[in-house]
Amino acid sequence: MTHFTKLLSASMLALTASMASAQTDITVAIQLEPPNLDPTGGAAQAIDSVLYSNVFEGLTRFMADGSVVAGLAKSWDISDDGLTYTFMLNEGVMFHDGTDMNADDVKFSLDRARADDSTNAQKGLFADIADVTVVDPLTVQVTLAQPNGSFLFNMAWGDAVIVAPESIETIASNPIGTGAFAFSDWVQGDRLELVRNDAYWGDAPALESATFRFISDPTAAFAAVMAEDVDAFVGFPAPENLPQFEADPRFQVLVGNTEGETILSMNNQMPPFDNVLVRQAVSLAIDRQAIIDGAMFGYGTPIGTHFAPHNPDYVDLIANSAHNPDRARELLAEAGFADGFTTTLKLPPPSYARRGGEIIAAQLREVGITAEITNLEWAQWLEEVFKAKDFGMSIVSHTEPMDLGIYANPSYYFQYDNIVFQAVMDKLNATTDPAMRSELMAAAQTIISEDYVNGYLFQLAVPTVAKAGLNGLWLDQPTAAVDLTGVSWSE
Amino acid sequence: MTRNIIFGGVLTTLFTGLAILSFFYTPYDIQSLDIPNKLHPPNGANWLGTDHFGRDILSMIMMGARTSIAVAVLAVGIGICVGIPLGLLAAARRGSLLDEVIMRGNDLVFAFPSLVIAILITAIFGASAINAIIAIGIFNIPVFARLSRGAALPIWERDFILAARVSGKSSFRISIEHILPNITNLMIVQGTIQFSLGILAEAALSYIGLGAQPPTASWGRMLADAQTLTSIAPHTALIPGLAIVLMVLGLNLLGDGLRDWLDPRLRRGRV
Repeated sequence: MTHFTKLLSASMLALTASMASAQTDITVAIQLEPPNLDPTGGAAQAIDSVLYSNVFEGLTRFMADGSVVAGLAKSWDISDDGLTYTFMLNEGVMFHDGTDMNADDVKFSLDRARADDSTNAQKGLFADIADVTVVDPLTVQVTLAQPNGSFLFNMAWGDAVIVAPESIETIASNPIGTGAFAFSDWVQGDRLELVRNDAYWGDAPALESATFRFISDPTAAFAAVMAEDVDAFVGFPAPENLPQFEADPRFQVLVGNTEGETILSMNNQMPPFDNVLVRQAVSLAIDRQAIIDGAMFGYGTPIGTHFAPHNPDYVDLIANSAHNPDRARELLAEAGFADGFTTTLKLPPPSYARRGGEIIAAQLREVGITAEITNLEWAQWLEEVFKAKDFGMSIVSHTEPMDLGIYANPSYYFQYDNIVFQAVMDKLNATTDPAMRSELMAAAQTIISEDYVNGYLFQLAVPTVAKAGLNGLWLDQPTAAVDLTGVSWSE
Repeated sequence: MTRNIIFGGVLTTLFTGLAILSFFYTPYDIQSLDIPNKLHPPNGANWLGTDHFGRDILSMIMMGARTSIAVAVLAVGIGICVGIPLGLLAAARRGSLLDEVIMRGNDLVFAFPSLVIAILITAIFGASAINAIIAIGIFNIPVFARLSRGAALPIWERDFILAARVSGKSSFRISIEHILPNITNLMIVQGTIQFSLGILAEAALSYIGLGAQPPTASWGRMLADAQTLTSIAPHTALIPGLAIVLMVLGLNLLGDGLRDWLDPRLRRGRV
């Protein structure tokens, strides 16, 4: 697979190199600007969108289809007990500041990420690491405290990329990685520029430079693409405008999958949502298809649990919460809320939340529940809903891949606390056998679906609008990334 | 002159009538969404078409008129109820420290850009129609205070006021019985103008999401919702936009006409 892609990109490169007229720079727009440039220290997805694979690389990496392949580690051995991973690193890998990338940097990066004072947003990825040992400059041995079936997957995350001790002080404003592009300039509030890294250890990318721009306003996004101010917009914020781009020969529209389970989250510790009957009533009152059509203009796949439908282990549990307002009213009466109740619905800025919220409020009103809508900016949302847990309901897309684990954390913002579920997740984390893992994941999906922890709405689609002639952009978003290493122009 | 009053009056009555009618009847229920029928252009079933949730735009305009008028009436009401007494008090105690305090306080409020402060108030205390009313209302106070003081001062110099004082009336009674009736015309005209500004301010606040919250209909939010749809369903933006324009135009024409009609000097000129 790797060889094939390498061959493919090499031949594409040869093809583009032969055409002197082909464009070699690109301007890519995304919605949100990264707050800092340290993927191992900040939680914001936008950091990975800009830097993953372009500037920073990990031991393993995600491909466009979500598969995990070799990254900075060219190969690895796993001991029979599943506890020791020996990574063989690629030779001749240099950081952008000219220093070598070797086993010491790997040890430094992993130790830093799992340290007690680490600010890594996904410390759980490193929780099972017991020890990291440098065997020789190109070999590093990672010992786990317990077998972890998803360790190679974990190492592919943007939070697990390899950084250097020499440049760690200034990483937040001047990121130094090993990737095919080097960071060049960041004008805050406007753009971020990357240039090709000519000393790159792998296949050289076709593009010489890249500029990221940050446009969150749907109208401005439409104008920027229409005026061809940007060459591509990854995660276009206004799905209603996509048919226009599709009809326009200047553009191509790619609609891919994300790992974003969009849910109506409910505060499981706050009455009345501590009552499973009420949560079930809310779930049954919701008409998913109306939300997908009304808020996303048809883009999105219905889900019945917190799991990506394109994952082979997905279990279709939509029937558990099929739209049934009559049954919802009965359940409310059973729970002692025959006359309904009033709660809050706090919405972050994306249109799936703002529009979806209006639709859900209307649907809930039909079964007697009054949801008072409050629109929040992201910072307010993080403060009020995510940290202070001061909310009844909210709508948000959980875009981390394989994030079932959040349901095993009782202090996560929707505060689901179920010992049975936590036991299943503990068992899953300790299991490496694929068949057994599938079974446990199915069990976990079923528990949260039957417990109606949240209202499961749809899998968020990611629309990319690009100029015709631009090749190699990712269709799906297995992780937040705008990987430009395989992107090229054809004339 | 009378043409202004008639034209402005017709437009104002039309929208006020729609708002009052909405209490008893709207063609469709705007609380229930009908998503399969979204973005229909104007047609026989939905005279003004449907929006992105399949709601009837005519019904939305009627409910939105209610919101706009309610916010504007209450905001102007705050301005009148607080501003005019302050102005009359300042005029009655003209030249005193109290007069200075009141008028410099008004200058202070007047010096702030009103819409920016309205945004600040709603951002701090939360976005809602009530906070929008208070925010717009506060900036109506100095308008009425200044105007009423300015209009009252020359009246205080008139002989009939002197007669009233000689007969022993307190300055409070004089303000109520003699000054107020003589400045009412002016206040009505200014009220009409402020009313149209209130409608605009409410639409602006709702447009940026700081006015009435859904599901309450609002012209400003209809515009905001429609802004990415302008190229595929232009009617969703044109209709609420036109409603705002016509309502404000109507109020301004009415205010203009009333001023000409009520102003004794201009009236004498015509006669």
